[in-house]
Amino acid sequence: MTADPVLVVEDVRLDFSGVRALDGVSFAVGPRDLFAVIGPNGAGKTSIFNVVSGVYRPQQGSVRFLGDDLVGVRPDVIARRGVGRTFQNIELFANLTVIDNLLLGRHQHLRYGVGAAVAWSGRARRAELANRAAVEDIVDFLEIEQYRRSPVGLLPYGVQKRVELGRALAMEPKLLLLDEPVAGMNLEETEDMARFLLDIRDELDIPMILVEHDMGLVMDLADRVLVLDFGRPIAVGPPTEVQRHPDVLRAYLGEEHGAQRDVRASALATAADRPPSEVRP
Amino acid sequence: MTALLPGSSRPRPLRGRPDLHTSYAAEMALLNTPGKRRGVAALAVAGALLALALTDDWLVILARGCALAIGAIGLNLVTGYAGQVSLGHAFFVGVGAYTASALSGDPADGALIGLGVRDMALWLPAAGAVAGLAGLLVAPIATRLRGLYLAIVTLGLVFLGEHVFREWTALTGGVGVGRPGPAPQLLGWRFAEGSALLTGAQQTYLVLFALLCLFALGGRNLARSDVGRAFAAVRDRDIAASIIGVDLRRTKLAAFTVSSFYAGVCGALLYVVTPYVEPGSFNLNLSVQFIAMVLIGGVATISGSIMGALFLATLLRVTQEIIPRLLPFIDTAPRRDTLLTTTQLETILYGLLIVVFLIAEPRGLYGIWVRIRNYWKGWPFSY
Repeated sequence: MTADPVLVVEDVRLDFSGVRALDGVSFAVGPRDLFAVIGPNGAGKTSIFNVVSGVYRPQQGSVRFLGDDLVGVRPDVIARRGVGRTFQNIELFANLTVIDNLLLGRHQHLRYGVGAAVAWSGRARRAELANRAAVEDIVDFLEIEQYRRSPVGLLPYGVQKRVELGRALAMEPKLLLLDEPVAGMNLEETEDMARFLLDIRDELDIPMILVEHDMGLVMDLADRVLVLDFGRPIAVGPPTEVQRHPDVLRAYLGEEHGAQRDVRASALATAADRPPSEVRP
Repeated sequence: MTALLPGSSRPRPLRGRPDLHTSYAAEMALLNTPGKRRGVAALAVAGALLALALTDDWLVILARGCALAIGAIGLNLVTGYAGQVSLGHAFFVGVGAYTASALSGDPADGALIGLGVRDMALWLPAAGAVAGLAGLLVAPIATRLRGLYLAIVTLGLVFLGEHVFREWTALTGGVGVGRPGPAPQLLGWRFAEGSALLTGAQQTYLVLFALLCLFALGGRNLARSDVGRAFAAVRDRDIAASIIGVDLRRTKLAAFTVSSFYAGVCGALLYVVTPYVEPGSFNLNLSVQFIAMVLIGGVATISGSIMGALFLATLLRVTQEIIPRLLPFIDTAPRRDTLLTTTQLETILYGLLIVVFLIAEPRGLYGIWVRIRNYWKGWPFSY
């Protein structure tokens, strides 16, 4: 990273009455970075997103976005400062059409009041038309032309995921948080999504943080990877380095097998849930 | 394609392709197909012509229905669109009714507050504004509570309001006495008094019908605007809404304020039709009636609110006049051989209708209309 980082998370600790969800997590994301966060279930990946987007308030640590501290700031204010986000379980507005969902992503760019809305004054009309045109760029970018006027709840899962990405893009974010964008998708859908992510980085220049369980996708796309285990960061670095890190292998595959990973990896992957005593030779 | 033809600066829609729009303005227009434009125009003309076709007693009922429809649109905005269940609508209706009555009251009357502002162009916006202000004051509670808890708090509002209306006799005249409603006078035209051409009831109905059209248009505009979309976002998923930048507090505040404004206007207009304001009228029963209108008409639709209100207003006439004539054991006042009073019958009917609609057609009368429309769209094929 040569330029100033977009997001700096420093020593964040998050407790839920006794359960430590995040413990001393620090990382920085630079412009044009595609930064991935991985870790076993319950490692605290989504908690990081909830801290950055203002849903949770950490007990300790700081989150600096383009120089401003985000801790204790309301989610909608954080969104207006330029943090866009998608969710693990689709959080679209199911009764609204694709276009309306995308327009809601542009809510912050449509600042006219109730009075202008009721009277449908020139100001409201112009704002609606301009933003409708802006949304069409996203429809085009994500190739969802045929679904424009369908209520989102009726669309197939993969398309909904795409619409949700579109809603986050419509915000014109300066940082994009993607929570498992390819979870539950088939190979074609995953490849489409990977293409969109690369396009976002190359054409729109938006830095991204990606939480994902699809290791193939993470290792192919990410510039740097942060690995979490039970809320603790255990490794940060380029994918190739992280893949070989002994702590990472231990977290994914179980205790003490880091050294013999090549021999036992496949067997251990299925045995990882069992207590260590059972898998010892 | 038409845009490419030489000499056509403004693209015209193709015949037989009502959904093919060639500009965003055409696509986003309120009435964006020829069918909608013709249908709404026909409805507006038919609504106005009803003034000539019906007898005065029916026109009074329809005028009352128009006023109720404005209130139902208000409740639908906050409950149907923004998802904030409010049982307190009757309170805001009361605030509007008394604001208008007090403003247009006779200043010479020593017993009652009266400011002598007799013109509707002044007291109607004021009634809405004061009720809207009351909504604005209540809204902070809504930003902290959800669902049933909010419903209970707004229920409390109705009881508080009932108490204040009962005790503040300088404003309301007190229980059993009441006070005259606002003066039926618009820019100097006393429309409740008949003219050479039309009777008072006909003119009152026309005024209320015009106002209903105006307020329905405003509600529809709000619903399709960014504010309306934010309402729906808060209703469907409030956390996701805030994460994409919707300010929950402001949005709920806006929903309650606009809804209360509509309720206030409804209250003022109701007592143009029924010239006496009784402080006991603004009770839970009225709130439930509004909820019934919204549920029967269609949640989160403006046209549904109107259908629901007109339906219930007509039903009121049936239960109060026609049913007692047919069934001797039902009467307006309790006598020795009456089984049910009409008020009890109404309460039972509202409950029954709500249940039947929720089970059989949750989208209400609007949903029935959609089914009819879709049937004829495909006719003679079934789909």
